[in-house]
Amino acid sequence: MPCGKGQGFLKDYNKAITKGRGRVARFTPHRAATHTASNGEKAAGWDMTGIAFLLNGTPVRVADQPPTRTLLDWLREGRGLNGTKEGCNEGDCGACTVMVTDAAGSRALNACILFLPQLHGKAVRTVEGLSGPKGEMHPVQAAMVDHHGSQCGFCTPGFVVSMAVGQMQGRTDHDDVLAGNLCRCTGYAPIIRAAEAAADTLAPEWMAADSKALADPDFFFSKISSGGETRPDDLPVEGRQRRTPDGHAIGPGEAAGQEGQTAPLHAFRPANSDELAEWYQANPDATLIAGATDVGLWVTKQMRELPKVAFLNGVTDLQQIERQGGLLHVGAGVTIATLRAAVAPTLPSFGELLRRYASEQVRNAATIGGNIANGSPIGDGPPALIALGATLHLRRGDVMRSIPLESFFLEYRKQDRQPGEFVAGISFPEQAPNLRCYKLSKRFDQDISAVCGCFNVTVTDGIVTQARIAFGGMAGIPKRASAVEAALIGEVWSEATIATARAAFATDFTPLSDMRASAAYRLGSAQNLLTRYFHDLNGIPVSVLEVQP
Amino acid sequence: MSMGKSLPHDAAPLHVTGQARYVDDIPLPANALHLAFGLSTVAHGDILSIDLSAVRAASGVVAVYAAEDFDHVPDCSPSLGDEPLVATGKVHFVGQPIFIVVAESHHAARRAARLGRVEYRELPALLTVDDALAANSRFENGPVIWTKGDTAAAIASAPHQVEGRFEVGGQEHFYLEGQVAACLPQDGGDMVVLSSTQHPTEIQHKVAHALHLPMSAVRVEVRRMGGGFGGKESQGNWLAIACAVAATRTGRPCKMRYDRDDDMVITGKRHDLRILYRAGFDDQGKLTGVEFSHLFRCGWSMDLSLPVADRAMLHADNAYHLPAVRIESHRLKTNTTSATAFRGFGGPQGVIGIERVMDHIAHRLALDPLDVRRANFYRAMVEAPGASPPDPEDISAEKTGQGEGDLTSRGRAVSVGSHALAADGAVQTTPFHMPVEDFVLHELTAELEQTSDYRARRAAIADWNAASPVLKRGIALTPVKFGISFTLTHLNQAGALVHVYQDGSILLNHGGTEMGQGLFQKVAQVVAGVFGVDPAAVKITATDTAKVPNTSATAASSGSDLNGKAAKAAAETVRDRMAAFIAEKHQVPVDKVRFQDGMVRVAGEEYAFERVAAWAYQARVSLSSTGFYATPKITWDRVRGQGRPFLYFAYGAAVTEVVIDTLTGENRILRADILHDTGTSLNPILDIGQVEGAYVQGAGWLTTEELVWDGKGRLTTHAPSTYKIPACSDRPRMFNVALWDRPNREDSIGKSKAVGEPPFMLGISALYALSDAVAACGDGAYSALDAPATAERVLDAVNRVRGDV
Repeated sequence: MPCGKGQGFLKDYNKAITKGRGRVARFTPHRAATHTASNGEKAAGWDMTGIAFLLNGTPVRVADQPPTRTLLDWLREGRGLNGTKEGCNEGDCGACTVMVTDAAGSRALNACILFLPQLHGKAVRTVEGLSGPKGEMHPVQAAMVDHHGSQCGFCTPGFVVSMAVGQMQGRTDHDDVLAGNLCRCTGYAPIIRAAEAAADTLAPEWMAADSKALADPDFFFSKISSGGETRPDDLPVEGRQRRTPDGHAIGPGEAAGQEGQTAPLHAFRPANSDELAEWYQANPDATLIAGATDVGLWVTKQMRELPKVAFLNGVTDLQQIERQGGLLHVGAGVTIATLRAAVAPTLPSFGELLRRYASEQVRNAATIGGNIANGSPIGDGPPALIALGATLHLRRGDVMRSIPLESFFLEYRKQDRQPGEFVAGISFPEQAPNLRCYKLSKRFDQDISAVCGCFNVTVTDGIVTQARIAFGGMAGIPKRASAVEAALIGEVWSEATIATARAAFATDFTPLSDMRASAAYRLGSAQNLLTRYFHDLNGIPVSVLEVQP
Repeated sequence: MSMGKSLPHDAAPLHVTGQARYVDDIPLPANALHLAFGLSTVAHGDILSIDLSAVRAASGVVAVYAAEDFDHVPDCSPSLGDEPLVATGKVHFVGQPIFIVVAESHHAARRAARLGRVEYRELPALLTVDDALAANSRFENGPVIWTKGDTAAAIASAPHQVEGRFEVGGQEHFYLEGQVAACLPQDGGDMVVLSSTQHPTEIQHKVAHALHLPMSAVRVEVRRMGGGFGGKESQGNWLAIACAVAATRTGRPCKMRYDRDDDMVITGKRHDLRILYRAGFDDQGKLTGVEFSHLFRCGWSMDLSLPVADRAMLHADNAYHLPAVRIESHRLKTNTTSATAFRGFGGPQGVIGIERVMDHIAHRLALDPLDVRRANFYRAMVEAPGASPPDPEDISAEKTGQGEGDLTSRGRAVSVGSHALAADGAVQTTPFHMPVEDFVLHELTAELEQTSDYRARRAAIADWNAASPVLKRGIALTPVKFGISFTLTHLNQAGALVHVYQDGSILLNHGGTEMGQGLFQKVAQVVAGVFGVDPAAVKITATDTAKVPNTSATAASSGSDLNGKAAKAAAETVRDRMAAFIAEKHQVPVDKVRFQDGMVRVAGEEYAFERVAAWAYQARVSLSSTGFYATPKITWDRVRGQGRPFLYFAYGAAVTEVVIDTLTGENRILRADILHDTGTSLNPILDIGQVEGAYVQGAGWLTTEELVWDGKGRLTTHAPSTYKIPACSDRPRMFNVALWDRPNREDSIGKSKAVGEPPFMLGISALYALSDAVAACGDGAYSALDAPATAERVLDAVNRVRGDV
């Protein structure tokens, strides 16, 4: 996502920010909402018959599907496209990886936690769609055969799709491109050999077809994506389209019976944050779905019914990043992948933390707003952002407020968020030379932190003048280490001070034991991370990831 | 000759294009039903009541079956008959199936399965080794004990002793394709089963038993699995039986696949265990005697635990001659999921114990662990075979356990008591008295030591560590010696079926199953070699119990050895008939006929293979044959713990270098160098793939893969979000794998050696490299690093050797 200027929510929030933190500002929506909550059918905004996208180059329209139908299930059960596999059904193995293209480009996503409405106006390419028009193999497919990159073959379609996207983008960071694809047979070595070989070849011309089609102004999708206006007769409708006497397509509620869901389902797809604000204020019981990397599991694993949902992928004004006055203003809908690219140049340690945030597929879907609003004590965004002194922007109706991020997290799974209020964006300094982010997990890539410690200490003339230290995994919320900070501020930046400050961790934190780590390890390693930080700022190597064989 | 060629996996083009079909990809008739289990939520308890009204009322549900719906609840066990398809009155672990939901869709079944209301009277649950020991809860009456020599005296009189306690974690298979089966009812109640299983005959046997049908009425087909690793030797029984029962009752096709979380909760895993050891040794670290206790947590049912624990005992020596040894093996029964087969089948658990002893001794004597290992190696390979093994006992005298006999399963085992073995003679023998005649590790290790630059790197690491306050490196070389053959002797047989059609095309079928290891390609190469045709000309077909009966599991690394030989026999029968026919036609001796390059050469003439096939057909020559193979030489008396259970040993060695962070315990593998013995490889590139994959899987077992149960017996690591198999970047940065390409001295197929399991144990070098790195942090205390060596365990060990704890 390019760093735009003055687009979307930012100009309004910038005003709020300049008025000072914690202030509440009221502003006038700059676009009139096109739908109103009281407008019956239109309030739903939308029904499932409006979902259309390209599937392996062919336009399809989806009907008779619940809004929380996953792409994976639809591909396998509805379309007979069985090349895309279900390995875990929670976005952790990558066997279901598909390529999704929109105006911003192509990316790999996990189909198992991708709901059909998220694809509206986009192009999906599955493993079956990678081969050329005459059936010729994609270079990554050929390389996987030549380098013996498949054994049982079950993970292979997902790998091949991830590799094809990476190859098209000229990526050579194969470990990152493929961190979200698990293989249990090969030990990865031949797969990497295949990826390296394919990186030397050109992406085949046919891989650009989706981008071309979406960019074509005469293409039917331009109509769909610009205003949700559809021409139902233009497209074959997927599944049984039943019609009521007055001609309206039956919503997904009735169709959901086949999935065992009984509650009526409503889906809304706002086109901007004003529409979202108005609708969400009127429907505070709704579930907001951005990347669905967590909500997806509510559906696939907890089998929860989500009677009322809004899909935020059309809210483009919340998907912008702006640099202004030394601050980065990041819309809530910005994906982790986009955020990573934005912060990497000036906040490399934060960038490295985000490199290890889940996997390529998840970073391509998950949003920073979702990461914050979710309130998880083990999300990796908040500790770094708190250490950076980030300001969170919340909006409810036409009221917005800005608060220090740390004050958003009240207690386990409870946030300072009013009914109908949503996370709109976050602002933080684009420079912080002493920021260091440390993530401890059982596995380096695609794992959830046992402990995530982020340090941002300012030392002037040998004395600590400022300290912002925040941890994930150490409490029920992402939490500042206030006692540790207090033990440092005003002291000489020395090993002796560190040794003293270590004791303060027990004041700040009483961590729990779980499957990721024991309480003792969490506390002890958190203390050691302060020591690591001291060494790190002194230039002593502290990362096993940087050691070469 | 097609044997020995590095051809790609036969299905590779299908894999990469998404066209390879797995069971869940096969279209079923439109009226197919889908199953899910309702699971126990307590680890041990009496079922007081089951209310399934909400399940029955749920959308899409067609039928629900609990124990009361069966006159005899079908059994799913491969051994003792102790695994009722649905719980009968009691539950024994969290995740035990209590009822079966049959519904119109997979999701409807899963959703409804959560609506069951079961009341329990909870009983005390035995969750740990200590719980089970305290309650004397075990399979078999007491520990199995093998002794050789006077171990206590040998240890006591040695100049040095070490002892220790070693916790070794289990391992989830994490085959990417979860368990799945489908059943299609046939005429007259017959059943066709599609199953993701390593053991089609076991599925056939269990389904037939459940349906009260003869085995001939059940046909099981397996084209491929999306990974098996032992997890599909017995664990697929439940799904196939449930589908078969539901299909019979409803008359409709039924399919069942576990959601990943259910799969991880329900199915068995690698056995975790505690190893207690005590060893005596001299100043060079040469053992005088060693004692082991293996405390296996077997879970709630017997499954394959007895032969798994046996194989751990059979590998307690690994590569080392143990002059006096005592091995005590406890097979403990706990209220956890039933541990099962997993690549190595107990072998890794045996090997890792003696490697721990080697590491401990080296640390005590401040010697290079490689020197200690080498000092204890078996004597080098002797060309003349040693003394013949003891006479076999008549295995037909074996009694199965209390349940029904399951001839087809490795789980068939008898109770074993304590027996003393005689002292060894001139030829060095294993603790179970098998002469070690093919020991190649002296040469193999020497070569690896050189190619990996082990000594220089060890010195460089010491220098590096001296200059690095926070990060420390470590290095270790560990060997493996792994016995090849099923220890249940009668399973060492295989059948194959080869047809040559009148157009010259060749169809191959055998009892082995394809789970990614490339077995089908290897066997096709064998058959192509017999007929002198291109391997691509040999049609590979799905494993099918109606084509080849009475097959053994594709397990124990035996797939190529057994099925390759059987297929060769079948192909040679057909080829020899063709040769006899064409020789007679040309009035030349049959041995003058040559099958090469797709041609048949005889008496100066050259005919296309298909032409000879057509002529043979017209001359009414049978162009179809079965083939059979039974492994020679092997004899094993499990009761006495004596004999020659293995036709041969496969060897290998690995050098692993790691780096650890002493502040957090974070660690990673920097480099691995491997030299592995595959005999004369049938397909070197497929074998290298097995070695690379096995190493990473073995290293995963010992580093990131941690299974955690809570205090209520619930597995808390039941998904890939919490259970961490190696990801792409966890493979060694530098990864050098080579094959020790010397012919097998035994008459194996093409003089090759089995490769499925042995290289798994090469991953053990990663654990001892970590131990070496930890040792660099302290000045005396032994790391005593438990497995898996997560960051947390490494940090604990660092603190221990530093005296910080």
